[in-house]
Amino acid sequence: MTEESMDIDMSMPTNTVEEFLRMERMPHIWCPGCGIGTTVNCFAHALETSGLDLKKVSIVSGIGCTGRVAGYLKLDSFHTTHGRALPFATGLKLANPDLKVVVYSGDGDLTAIGGNHFIHAARRNVDMTVILINNFIYGMTGGQVAPTTPIGATASTAPYGNFEEPFNLPYLAESCGAVYVARWTAYHVRHATKAIKDALLKRGFSFVEILAPCPTLYSRRNRLGDGLDQMKFYKDNSEIKNGADTKTLGLSFQGKIIVGKFVDKDKPTYLDSMNAFYAQKFGDTYSPYKG
Amino acid sequence: MARTEIKIGGFGGQGVILSGYIIGRAAAIYDSKHATMIQAFGPEARGSACSAQIVVSAEPIAYPYITTPQIMIVMSQEAYTKFSPELAEGGILITEEELVKTHNLRKDLKHFSIPATRFAEELGRKMVLNIVMMGFMTSVTGIVGVEAMRQAVKVSVPKGTEHLNLNAFNKGFEYGEKLKSGAA
Amino acid sequence: MKADPKGVVAGAYFIDGDHACAEGAIAAGCRFVAGYPITPSTEIVERIAERFPLIGGMFIQMEDEIASSIAIQGAVWGGKKAMTVTSGPGFSLMMEHIGLAAMTETPCVFVDVQRGGPSTGLPTLPGQGDMMQARWGSHGDYGIIALCPNSPQESFDLTIKAFNLAEQYRVPVLVMLDECVGHMTERVVVPPADEIEITPRRYWDGPKEGFLLFKAGPDRVPPMVKAGDGYNIHVTSLTHDERGYPVMTAAAQEKLVRRLIDKIRLNSDAIVECREEQTAGADVVIVSYGITSRIAIPAIEQARREGVKVGHLRLITAWPFPAKRIRELSHHVSCFVVPEINYGQMVREVERCVAGRTRVERVSHGGGAVHNPKDIYAKIMSCGKEERK
Repeated sequence: MTEESMDIDMSMPTNTVEEFLRMERMPHIWCPGCGIGTTVNCFAHALETSGLDLKKVSIVSGIGCTGRVAGYLKLDSFHTTHGRALPFATGLKLANPDLKVVVYSGDGDLTAIGGNHFIHAARRNVDMTVILINNFIYGMTGGQVAPTTPIGATASTAPYGNFEEPFNLPYLAESCGAVYVARWTAYHVRHATKAIKDALLKRGFSFVEILAPCPTLYSRRNRLGDGLDQMKFYKDNSEIKNGADTKTLGLSFQGKIIVGKFVDKDKPTYLDSMNAFYAQKFGDTYSPYKG
Repeated sequence: MARTEIKIGGFGGQGVILSGYIIGRAAAIYDSKHATMIQAFGPEARGSACSAQIVVSAEPIAYPYITTPQIMIVMSQEAYTKFSPELAEGGILITEEELVKTHNLRKDLKHFSIPATRFAEELGRKMVLNIVMMGFMTSVTGIVGVEAMRQAVKVSVPKGTEHLNLNAFNKGFEYGEKLKSGAA
Repeated sequence: MKADPKGVVAGAYFIDGDHACAEGAIAAGCRFVAGYPITPSTEIVERIAERFPLIGGMFIQMEDEIASSIAIQGAVWGGKKAMTVTSGPGFSLMMEHIGLAAMTETPCVFVDVQRGGPSTGLPTLPGQGDMMQARWGSHGDYGIIALCPNSPQESFDLTIKAFNLAEQYRVPVLVMLDECVGHMTERVVVPPADEIEITPRRYWDGPKEGFLLFKAGPDRVPPMVKAGDGYNIHVTSLTHDERGYPVMTAAAQEKLVRRLIDKIRLNSDAIVECREEQTAGADVVIVSYGITSRIAIPAIEQARREGVKVGHLRLITAWPFPAKRIRELSHHVSCFVVPEINYGQMVREVERCVAGRTRVERVSHGGGAVHNPKDIYAKIMSCGKEERK
């Protein structure tokens, strides 16, 4: 035993993902029962088993509760502007293709204000992993309606209930060109961890949606109980259907949740396409772009 | 050499802008003069009236636009009607003989006309009529040195067409020389 | 350090201000450009798109100006020198990310080829109505640098300077072109690479342990690192401490934001550049910038022929504004005349510095064209008359 390790109080259970976290920033801002922390745990475990060189992993978030994830991970981390994590990540990845770039943000950030960037990043098939935490609501600003809020659910700006059709995110991602699409919930920690790891190791635009409880705003306003009740709901109402047609994955208020891996295909990435195209165009005068 | 303002008018697709570019490039790069070119940008489609404006001077050019051009080259009837009133008193008007009918021609102007379309056709490419006009302009105005113009033509036209364009330029230039000596 | 010869094709060219800007960026070492098409700036990205594949650059046409203005910042943290290019409507969309670059001290270059506004305005015609937006367009307080070329040659030169200043001060730098200069074709000399001075990124070369990404040196500028170098940096748009960690207090705000402003304000003697001509002993001084600085010359010359002592002060840096110099001149000059293609923007800065000591006259033009030099001349002469009374 070294002197240093002698100082550790062995009676305290150690958090195995601590080495991935900026512990000096704890406690985090998330509410008790919030699912975001659970997904960060999954992400850390996925990183651990991925074999990736952590020095080369960058994480980019937008703004919102999930937007705070970047700040808690001991990686090169970028907490950008609302909705714009994807174009920032696009610039980062294309500037240095050796980096593994992960975008970790919420449903409002990535698909409302950032929706245009989402469809174009997927279309270009820029090599990056997008982890989207869907809590059906804008949490940071106080529970407003989102493009993911199920019909009938109430929100602070939909006090009588939402009547707008929400996004079916796996379908959106696949339609736009994502090469890996999966959905899990904060209850499915092992599946989610595996999905994140697969996504991290996938070349191209990989997308993992994780449904997570927001007990403070979504659950309370909709009388769905606390975080634990929501986890129980996920457990009882999720159905694993790998390879399901993404068209069928729309979510209804407290309805059945189809989870699984839906898309896993190979397609040249943005840089693959660019390099192949220019190599053909310019011949030997072109040196493949490596950043 | 004092500040000289040149305007080239025609319709889109005739090489109006390229002509202006060649004059400016010849003056600024190959003739130790200063030159500023402004393009009249607009949402116009091809075929409508367009123009290029070039200022050539021995001194640095402050004001980049032309106000009363001393030299005008027109390659379409519409450009003649629209632009020729702008010409300075006693200015030089250069027209394409078949494309422009110079009715109501101002008496104060020095007018030179050339069948550039016919010459271009004789060379096998109607496209080069603007370059024929450039050769002619070089001869009758002397605004830019002929060698500088030849250089500028050579490096400004599409690759592989240098020879054709230089022939076109020379054709126009020679016609101008003959005209000046009263032989044309 | 000298420019990378790979991108520099030395020679004399007859090109427009937009193309010259692209060449300036390449000479400065810019190898990442993100943009969205908009008149009259599009020629810049068109040239970049043509030139980049064979010199190892990355050009990407993004889905909008918002995306473009943050993709470049991702690229900077990935290790590139980066630029985006736009005009009025796109410039408005980029405002949030000018603030982001200021807040995260991301060195990058924004080019705005100004056209007539507001809104869609006059896409193909000149304006200078974005000057105050350049200074104050993003919310909150921050320091910024903005340069004003008046010719294609300066478009080349000042784009290089913009990149150099961005690196020197870890700040976004704005190149405020206008449609007239952008679309004006003139001789542009691209010097050989070994004659072009480049400011390299100020990368940290000290020990990794204890490195602080936002701890500034005596010049108030912190050193840079890039993603992938093993520093586990955190960069946030929130108010942050020297580690880069969010701190939501007035004290943290005071420390950070004051420094963001001071690093420009207190270095302004080194940053400010203006050109003066016959300002010593002048009765009337024209203060101008961009294309208007050329339009004023015939007016100045004519007034001088009439016996009026006219000086000319041309802003190369609009921001920071040469406040000290205007203040000095205001003690000797009887009138400042400020022509600009807007209804009075930079003239407010002149008025602020003059502080009532002497007259300040504006010559406004709403855009769509440059001034008629006669209007500037008339204003000079009216000042002179006032003086003779």
